[in-house]
Amino acid sequence: MSGDLRTIRALMGRGLNEILRVPGGAIPGVLAPTIFMLGLSAAFGKAAALPNFTADDFRTFIVPVGMLQGAGFTGAATGVNLARDIEQGWFDRLMLAPARRSVLLAGVVASACLRCLLPATFLLVVAFSLGVDWPGVGALALGALLIMGLAAAAACYATVLALRFRTQQAAPLMQVGTFVAILFTTAYVPRELLSDWLRAIADLNPVTHVLEGVRQGFIGDVTWAQTWPALVALAGLVGLFGALAVRGMRRQGR
Amino acid sequence: MIAASVALARRALRNALRRPQFLAPLVLFPTLFLAVNVGGLERTTSLQGFPQVDGFLDFQLAAAITQSLLLGGVSAGIAAALDIEGGFFDRLVASPTPRLAIVLGRVLAASVIAAIQVVYFLVLGLVFGASIQGGALGVLSVLAIGIVAGTGFGALGMMIALRTRNASTVQGIFPLVFVILFISSAFFPRELLSAPADVLAAYNPLSYIAEGMRQPIAFDNAIGPVLEGLAAAAGVTVVAIGLSVLALRGRLREA
Repeated sequence: MSGDLRTIRALMGRGLNEILRVPGGAIPGVLAPTIFMLGLSAAFGKAAALPNFTADDFRTFIVPVGMLQGAGFTGAATGVNLARDIEQGWFDRLMLAPARRSVLLAGVVASACLRCLLPATFLLVVAFSLGVDWPGVGALALGALLIMGLAAAAACYATVLALRFRTQQAAPLMQVGTFVAILFTTAYVPRELLSDWLRAIADLNPVTHVLEGVRQGFIGDVTWAQTWPALVALAGLVGLFGALAVRGMRRQGR
Repeated sequence: MIAASVALARRALRNALRRPQFLAPLVLFPTLFLAVNVGGLERTTSLQGFPQVDGFLDFQLAAAITQSLLLGGVSAGIAAALDIEGGFFDRLVASPTPRLAIVLGRVLAASVIAAIQVVYFLVLGLVFGASIQGGALGVLSVLAIGIVAGTGFGALGMMIALRTRNASTVQGIFPLVFVILFISSAFFPRELLSAPADVLAAYNPLSYIAEGMRQPIAFDNAIGPVLEGLAAAAGVTVVAIGLSVLALRGRLREA
């Protein structure tokens, strides 16, 4: 067991090292959610004046979307990095290591969980400095937990694609998947204000529950009624994509 | 020089079509963004100050076209940077190809791709219930502004590629595309933008390009916004081609 933990820690360390060694590669992923938050609130900020809008201002409403976007981008980047490792042969050497495939996957996914806190932290610092209300430590801790879970699901999804296509050219597929999952929700406005077709998709999309779980502390109080659906949705996403990723890892080299 | 420019444009187009994974994001991301914007914000047309339109899709179509054209510029820049990284550019410089054709060939290819992008979004809009109020003349106006703007964005991409010589760096300007778009009136009426976008939008040529295309789609063929859009697109194109030629000269001096 301690050997497994050492392996996971080493792979996490490698993933985090990339931020320091190739900062140019990490910067767009860190900045993008903040740019989206600032841009969307500048362009669509007056939408908060619509009847039944559940937040005082659009920026507060959109900050949780940026947190989820950061997690999605980080998960997709994990898949792109894995595809690069496959192209360059490093992954084949990793497969020869005396470690279980599920442990190797856990190391890759765990690094995504930690890395997603970087864009979220940057986003929150900018948001709070611009006047977004402080949601409280509990709400932030819950938000961090939920976005780490989403990053894990996104990393597993991107890993499945990386193992399937074995090339960085699959990057748009990884990015589009997370993009759709996060924005086809109640991202811009409350459920009641969505158009009928988007409301139908948002109702089916498990990420809607994750978003509402992160958002609840920003626009009101944290309640168990809004927390448990988020946790169940995340468990389902991580379970599904995790199982597919483990299957993909086990099939490597056969 | 014309023959060389056309030959290089044909090569660039062939390469682009051979790698659809680079072309697909040009329409895929703006299409998804268009869907989310329309589905999420269609009720904003009832806000006070929002101009009278048949639907939010009519209003957003020009934004999607502008976004797609900007991404086309990034894609053109990446393709040019890959040519530099792969050594094709050096072989081209060593051949008796007119220097200006190196820029014009890539820019010509960008204008053809821009025409495809504009047609794609107009068809998409019509399929999903948008109406082009300006009729056939309106379609021609949108095409004209779109092609000229797409040419300019392609030249900007080429300039960045010649300066950086690195595809990853050109790819890194992707978030910048959104920054420039968000501080324009591409997505929302200028009167309803929040500070500081409301002020910056007046100085952003993208505002005029998007409004120039929006006028015949969502309103009528009023000549003023269309001419402003065309002038803004032409201005971007002339400046961008000039900067590309300067970047090429700098690159040739170093070679």
